[in-house]
Amino acid sequence: MVDVMAPRAGQTTDGAIVARGLVKHYGKVHALDGVDLDVPEGTVLGLLGPNGAGKTTAVRVFTTLLKPDAGTATVAGLDVVRDADEVRRIIGVSGQYAAVDENLTGRENLDMVGRLYHLGKSVSLARADELLERFDLVEAANRVVKTYSGGMRRRLDLAGSLVAKPRVLFLDEPTTGLDPRGRLGMWDVIEELVDGGTTLLLTTQYLEEADRLAQSIVVIDHGKVIARGTADELKSQIGGERLELTVSNASELPATRDVLRAIGSGEPSVETHTRAVGVAVTGGSKVLIEALRQLDAAGVVVQDVGIRRPTLDDVFLSLTGHAAEDADTTTADAKPGRRSRKEKKA
Amino acid sequence: MSVLTQTAADGMVIAKRNLIKIKRIPDLLIFTTIQPIMFVLLFAYVFGGSIPVPGVSYRSYLMAGIFTQTVTFGAAITAIGLADDLQKGIIDRFRSLPMARSAVLFGRTISDLVNNAIVMIVMSTCGLIVGWRIERGVARAIAAYLIMFLFAYSMSWVSATIGLSVSSVEVAQSAGFIWMFPLTFLSNAFVTAQSLPSWLQPVANWNPVSAVVASARELFGNNGTLPRPHAWPMRHPEITAVSWSVLLLLVFIPLSVRKYRAAAAR
Repeated sequence: MVDVMAPRAGQTTDGAIVARGLVKHYGKVHALDGVDLDVPEGTVLGLLGPNGAGKTTAVRVFTTLLKPDAGTATVAGLDVVRDADEVRRIIGVSGQYAAVDENLTGRENLDMVGRLYHLGKSVSLARADELLERFDLVEAANRVVKTYSGGMRRRLDLAGSLVAKPRVLFLDEPTTGLDPRGRLGMWDVIEELVDGGTTLLLTTQYLEEADRLAQSIVVIDHGKVIARGTADELKSQIGGERLELTVSNASELPATRDVLRAIGSGEPSVETHTRAVGVAVTGGSKVLIEALRQLDAAGVVVQDVGIRRPTLDDVFLSLTGHAAEDADTTTADAKPGRRSRKEKKA
Repeated sequence: MSVLTQTAADGMVIAKRNLIKIKRIPDLLIFTTIQPIMFVLLFAYVFGGSIPVPGVSYRSYLMAGIFTQTVTFGAAITAIGLADDLQKGIIDRFRSLPMARSAVLFGRTISDLVNNAIVMIVMSTCGLIVGWRIERGVARAIAAYLIMFLFAYSMSWVSATIGLSVSSVEVAQSAGFIWMFPLTFLSNAFVTAQSLPSWLQPVANWNPVSAVVASARELFGNNGTLPRPHAWPMRHPEITAVSWSVLLLLVFIPLSVRKYRAAAAR
């Protein structure tokens, strides 16, 4: 469907992001080790992985900041190496570290970007004001960015990436380091953009984020794709639901285990410390009601109960053998993170 | 838009951005001007009596040297500014835009030149207060300033290459400066070349800083009755100064553009 060799293929590739066999090495570290990606026009791909998995490297290749050692990457049919200038005209990129000038005001930052897109004075200023309005930065528009909060900086950076109304957008960990409120605000903004038809490649280490924003997900680790599919497909890969409950007293644990063993499939897990018992089940709420009736009959007081579908965390754990945020380093720099992960492995 | 006009337009956007920083952090400019003022005063009053120059007061003789040294040192901020931009990630933003590749460097060197010009105004005023005078008319004085600015601009590109080669702002801060001490002191900036040890005299005579200082001194009319050294560059200081500057630009503009591409793609 998508001919990666043709720089200006037909309409089907407009806005599409395609990678074939992308390789990028830093010394012995394989930041990208043969990555294939396809993002159809108007969709969102969540690129998921721990720190140093190669997410940022992939974004840097797509946004013409980095040349791949091997493989090809195209955006809207344009090769990111050969047609770098044209690619830059149609993409927007917002990074992990807000690329804004601290000594300029919000408005001056956006106007500067507009001028560098050669929009012309009045168009550039009008666009800056429009974006400030949209990202709730009107009141801070004439304040120096140094005084902005982390969330405001991110919003300004995202606004900067939208100045030229890009058809294809790359967001590299757009909510890393934001507080919960800032994160929710950012999600709303991103959803709005996607509703407007923008093709989006989003990297994140938050499974919840990929779950909420992306239609399809690619999980990478050590520069390799280790899984791909929709969030539901990935979840069903590791099995169905679990019934999980907490009892009020540790002495009730044996009775609870017996009940759940009879109802569920497989051996229930028991955590004495937290008084939590869980078991894999099929049948949803019917099983839940049946379990509660039997426990009530056995005189067990249940404090908390629920049916839980597996999260992407579970997916990640089962795919890589470690949780998504295990590899988290306190350093904000992805490159040392990548090195230390490699060393751990070696 | 042609490549040249686009580079110029983009360079101006970047230069404007850099100059806003001077406006927003005025202490930056205050401290860059305090040093030359201090130099003018210290050299004028501390060394003023002990360094005799025939036919002219040392204060007047000194001024072209101080001016040249200060604009040369002023070029070091190019290294710091670029290293800072690289570290902060704003260069990534610029590189993802469809703008001219070299505009970041042209913008930076232009804004640093403006910075140097402001410092020069402060210093010249300070010099006039302590008794320095322009003796040979405005036209020649303007030529003197132009020669110094051209040299400062070429030094800015040398400095840009350094700023793009080092790993952090802190390194840029010292790496940008250290080589400037021998460059400016092994010259005729503060003493007459004749008073240097004989083995150092050829170094001083061929030093581009000496040619710039000698040109400015000559054009300001602050040379006194001192005979010129016989070395060719000192007999033709203006040609030498301009040639040195052009040569440095021809070497370091392409070099730093290449460094910029490599550094930014790390």
